[in-house]
Amino acid sequence: MRTTARFIPAIYIFLLMTPIYWLINMSFKTTNEILGTFSLWPNEVTFDNYITIFTDPTWYNGYFNSLSYVTINMLISVSVALPAAYAFSRYRFLGDKHLFFWLLTNRMAPPAVFALPFFQLYSAVNLFDTPLAVALAHCLFNIPLAVWILEGFMSGIPKELDETAYVDGYSFPRFFVRIFVPTIASGIGVALFFCFMFSWVELLLAKTLTSVAAKPIAATMTRTASSSGYELGLLAAAGTLTIIPGAFVIYFVRNYIAKGFALGRV
Amino acid sequence: MNKKISNQKAWWFVAPVIVLVAFNAVIPLMTVVNYSVQETFGNNVFFWEGVKWFETVLNSERFHASLGRQMMFTSIILLIEVPLGVAIALTMPKKGVWVSVCLVFMAMPLLIPWNVVGAMWNIFALPDIGLLGRAINALGIDYNFTSQPLSAWFTTILMDVWHWTSLVVLLAYAGLSSIPDAYYQAAKIDGAKPWAVFRYIQLPKMKRVLTIAILLRFMDSFMIYTEPFVLTGGGPGNTTTFLSIDLVKIALGQFDLGPAAAMSLVYFLIVLLVSWLFYTLMMKDEAQ
Repeated sequence: MRTTARFIPAIYIFLLMTPIYWLINMSFKTTNEILGTFSLWPNEVTFDNYITIFTDPTWYNGYFNSLSYVTINMLISVSVALPAAYAFSRYRFLGDKHLFFWLLTNRMAPPAVFALPFFQLYSAVNLFDTPLAVALAHCLFNIPLAVWILEGFMSGIPKELDETAYVDGYSFPRFFVRIFVPTIASGIGVALFFCFMFSWVELLLAKTLTSVAAKPIAATMTRTASSSGYELGLLAAAGTLTIIPGAFVIYFVRNYIAKGFALGRV
Repeated sequence: MNKKISNQKAWWFVAPVIVLVAFNAVIPLMTVVNYSVQETFGNNVFFWEGVKWFETVLNSERFHASLGRQMMFTSIILLIEVPLGVAIALTMPKKGVWVSVCLVFMAMPLLIPWNVVGAMWNIFALPDIGLLGRAINALGIDYNFTSQPLSAWFTTILMDVWHWTSLVVLLAYAGLSSIPDAYYQAAKIDGAKPWAVFRYIQLPKMKRVLTIAILLRFMDSFMIYTEPFVLTGGGPGNTTTFLSIDLVKIALGQFDLGPAAAMSLVYFLIVLLVSWLFYTLMMKDEAQ
């Protein structure tokens, strides 16, 4: 029993990787090979799909657009969430509990509900089709999440830290920047990671708020799939490339990721 | 636990958050409320309609059908993902390099853009070029998710299990690793069976993280849109048209703003109500 149990994580990871492998496999095949034959690995490896993506601006700009709104969103979300999370974890104020729940309700709003009003709102303020529009729209669910995670991490830090610093003559801003922020550095890392994650994977709002200039890579893929029919190899290559940034950032937060998913509450 | 001090100036700390979130939440929500009580024939001319759209939506067969499919989908994936995630977390190594390897690989599906997940499962499950589709058909089972409702459901659920079980694994693992070794040693001395260890030591410790897991999985699966839309397009027929897919069809496809807005609000209220129940449970637990 004990020995078989040890293989379960390995089997699980194997099953998780199978569809990803299939995608990578497809990305190195020519369209003819994909449609004509069935093989577990590419018979004649081609890099054409990747070359197309790296040389055609409509493709590689998609990556820049996605990365730019994700970065803007991470910076906005975490910098405004930091003081708010501090307030929620340290102070009691009028309406704090209601406010906290109201923030969370926004994490619960189905993006489909907001798609059309968002389109109208961001067109009205002349931000339609800019990375900033998508970054701001993603704040809807990322700010509440960042506040929730950071509040969890901050509540784990004893209040004595704050009090000692004040006794030592630190002013609040100096204490916050010099002592408090470094102390919860891992929490900030996790919050940044989650903002990255949810902004990177979301498509409905990103697609609704952009048309040409700021089109995210994921939307470029959807449109290619529908307009040029069966360019599956290209689609697979683009898909494979969208997995890389995620795999890259997980590595840095691997030891904190579980605590982050528990919203800092373990 | 830290005792909080009363400080009304703390409002200034939360003000930026309120401004940003309110801009994104309150204005669009008001737009939706506005549409939900009016009728339009285009050209920005609106007529007051009262609660007519709400009556239409609540009595419409179509809404009942997609709500039914949605609840069925959410229940099935919760019933599969939560026990499966806990089981995998229990078998994970406790220390060493393998922990990092497991965590990194298991978290990977969570960071793939949702439409890529749909596209990936599409080419993975197609009966002619996909590995899964080929394999199932090779077993002698007639399988084609683009034409058979049952296959479409099977594929959609399998995709969601593939996509999100790791979330439950990570959370359950976080809960498990917070159990001090002394607990296990005590259980060993008492001669406790594995089941007893699970029931009286591990499960209570995982209670809070599992509540979070169920809350997150409920919310996200109830709002699911992109993955099934890319995979099946809601088909064959309407068999995998969940609430969000139906809503987008009505709002952006048919441009029936009134009914779509009323449906949005009913939809939002359902998510809100269930999430509030979970949240209250969780906070009650935390207060103890």
